[in-house]
Amino acid sequence: MTAIAPHLPVLQVLVPMFAAVFTSFMRRGNSAWLMAVAASWLSLAISLALLAQVLQSAAPVSYVLGGWAVPFGIEYRVDRLNGFVLLIVNLVGSMIIPFAGTSVRKEIDGNQQAWFYTMYLLCLTGLLGISVSGDAFNVFVFLEVSSLSTYVLIAMGRHRRALLASYQYLIIGTIGASFYVIGIGLLYLATGSLNLADIASRIGPGMTEYSRPILAALAFLSVGICLKLALFPLHVWLPNAYAYAPSAAAAFLAGTATKVAVYLLIRIYFSIYGVAFGIDVLPVYMVVLLLSLAAMLIASFSAIFEANAKRMLAYSSVAQIGYITLGIALANVSGLTGGLVHMFNHAMIKTTLFMALGAVFYRIGSVQVADMAGIGRRMPVTMAAFTVAGLGLIGIPGTAGFISKWYLVIGAIERGYWPVVALVVASSLLAVIYVGRVVESAYFREPSKTVRDATDPPALMLVPIAVLAALSVYFGLDTRLSAGLARGAAEMLLGGMR
Amino acid sequence: MSVFAELIGHYNYFITIFLMMAGLYIVIARGNMIKKLVGLSLFQTSVYLLYVTPGKIAGGTVPIIDPAYSIYSNPLPHVLILTAIVVGIATLALGLALVVRIHEAYGTIEEDEIFARDGEI
Amino acid sequence: MKSDVLLRIGVKLILPYMLVFAAYVQLHGDYGPGGGFQAGVIVAGMVIVYALVFGAKAARQIAPVALVERLAPAGVLIFAATGVPSLFAGKRYLDYSVFGHDALHAHEWGVFLVEAGVITTVAATLIAIFYALTDREHS
Repeated sequence: MTAIAPHLPVLQVLVPMFAAVFTSFMRRGNSAWLMAVAASWLSLAISLALLAQVLQSAAPVSYVLGGWAVPFGIEYRVDRLNGFVLLIVNLVGSMIIPFAGTSVRKEIDGNQQAWFYTMYLLCLTGLLGISVSGDAFNVFVFLEVSSLSTYVLIAMGRHRRALLASYQYLIIGTIGASFYVIGIGLLYLATGSLNLADIASRIGPGMTEYSRPILAALAFLSVGICLKLALFPLHVWLPNAYAYAPSAAAAFLAGTATKVAVYLLIRIYFSIYGVAFGIDVLPVYMVVLLLSLAAMLIASFSAIFEANAKRMLAYSSVAQIGYITLGIALANVSGLTGGLVHMFNHAMIKTTLFMALGAVFYRIGSVQVADMAGIGRRMPVTMAAFTVAGLGLIGIPGTAGFISKWYLVIGAIERGYWPVVALVVASSLLAVIYVGRVVESAYFREPSKTVRDATDPPALMLVPIAVLAALSVYFGLDTRLSAGLARGAAEMLLGGMR
Repeated sequence: MSVFAELIGHYNYFITIFLMMAGLYIVIARGNMIKKLVGLSLFQTSVYLLYVTPGKIAGGTVPIIDPAYSIYSNPLPHVLILTAIVVGIATLALGLALVVRIHEAYGTIEEDEIFARDGEI
Repeated sequence: MKSDVLLRIGVKLILPYMLVFAAYVQLHGDYGPGGGFQAGVIVAGMVIVYALVFGAKAARQIAPVALVERLAPAGVLIFAATGVPSLFAGKRYLDYSVFGHDALHAHEWGVFLVEAGVITTVAATLIAIFYALTDREHS
């Protein structure tokens, strides 16, 4: 154990990467699935061990690839923030993958099942790589690894529109990644470094005044990353991508991909530019605040009028991302804690909801709200989990969603933004309507012919759904882990450690 | 130094920006999916130029250590862009593969015709 | 083009030189322009030129699809595995110093292995893309 402890940051990326290579040699979906399960759970164990290391030491855990010294070589650097993000990604991954076994067998052709797991593992590699890497260009490479595998995952959906959704995401995602590269290039021109921590030490009030390339870099980075995380006006790719992707892929992406992009935005805003920049130099936070509020309201309205439950959840994701970026925009400890803890809570809630819909699709072959009439009595456990997670999405006290909204509201009050408080509540009320539509259809309608024979899905699908739903309640009652980690990260970001 | 000389001195940046805008314009304005990918490639290529340009140091030589020289060109941007080019190829190949599949599924690669067939999505 | 004698003989003549040139570009990459990417493209070019003249079916007998699809990840595996021995020696991942006694030789060996992985993946991937596109024509 002591021999591998210093290598944990690189193993976090290597384990899924090697597993992806091995699965690509396999032709049978089942063996590839076993490989993916082993890799996902090992990866979760690594992230837990890493988090323990980070919490024990005051300084971030650093790992230099190839033994090259820090500003020159690629550094993997884990602190309280990305240790938390790694945990989120791995938690979702380890829950999705048992579920995926049954779901993929139903939704994807036999000769493509092994490829599905290869792409899933590559996507996991990319997302973990973005989170763990401390090198700006390395982050870009992992961003593209995760994006390219995501395009393939989406294109594996059964409907031909999946191809179109994948194509549209490819165009938008590539523009976003290119914007990120332009931003990094400008930062490199201005500072001569690609190491994120090194860049941070070279720009700021102590150094030269913010020159024009550094300001332009922030604009490019913001737009590029916001395309990836689907901040409100840049979200158009997301509903189609999630709606037509295979169920397991949609659940995985909804829980992880946007969260990692949000992490990157937080890293750039707070670790590189510093919290003072967005207040004193450019009104960045004000822009993000307005867009977040727009996302919370407009996307929630769109969700209400959506007939397809998967698309409804996708629009709801756009709205929930608004809550997370609202935490960034508030830029105080309570607000940022709220944003970070909502990354964690929303990852669990939305993954549960998408997995429950995946189970419904597995049984009745449709996720139209109308087709789900009366399904609550036929698939009791699945729909109970859906309802519990839905309550979390609304933010009922006692669920995880309440905790994040509580912190966000406190953060807004500390800033004196009373209208924001009102809008958070209003957006939650909209969530009542769109979650309520599905619940009403599932429990208070007569079951249709297709629904009549449906039963709860096999245990491999049902257990992850139930566990995640239970966790979303548990983290609403015991917030030491989720909110504690988020608060530690927020204090680190806003405190002296830049 | 006049303004004119200043502008001429930065000619490579102007070319970069022109290519960047041209690429983005094609992506936005064209309905043909292949043409969109061409625009996307053009946009990505302009980013490569943006990186490679500052790697050249006036009077610098090839970055191989030699006692006779003291000024070298910066090799790092080239290495980065080599990586970015590979990523760009992967994106383009995947994009073209998707277009082939879309053509098989819909019989056309014009966006407006596809939307007409499937309804706006 | 199958009946064109000149093309058939010309291609057969040019292929060995392409292979030699690919090997030169691959192995000389340490000292001059070249390396796995360029050499891999040349190797893929060989198969594609062959397929253009003798037909995709003939090319598939020389470089079967199943082999090509396994070579692509195999190259990644070679590259990724290059970093592993240093882990067991207690060094950082991708630290080449385990491959030789002095730094220069160790790096040469490390880069050689990495480039071997790169040429495998690049050649196999480009051939696979070519096959995928020619497949579609008939279906």
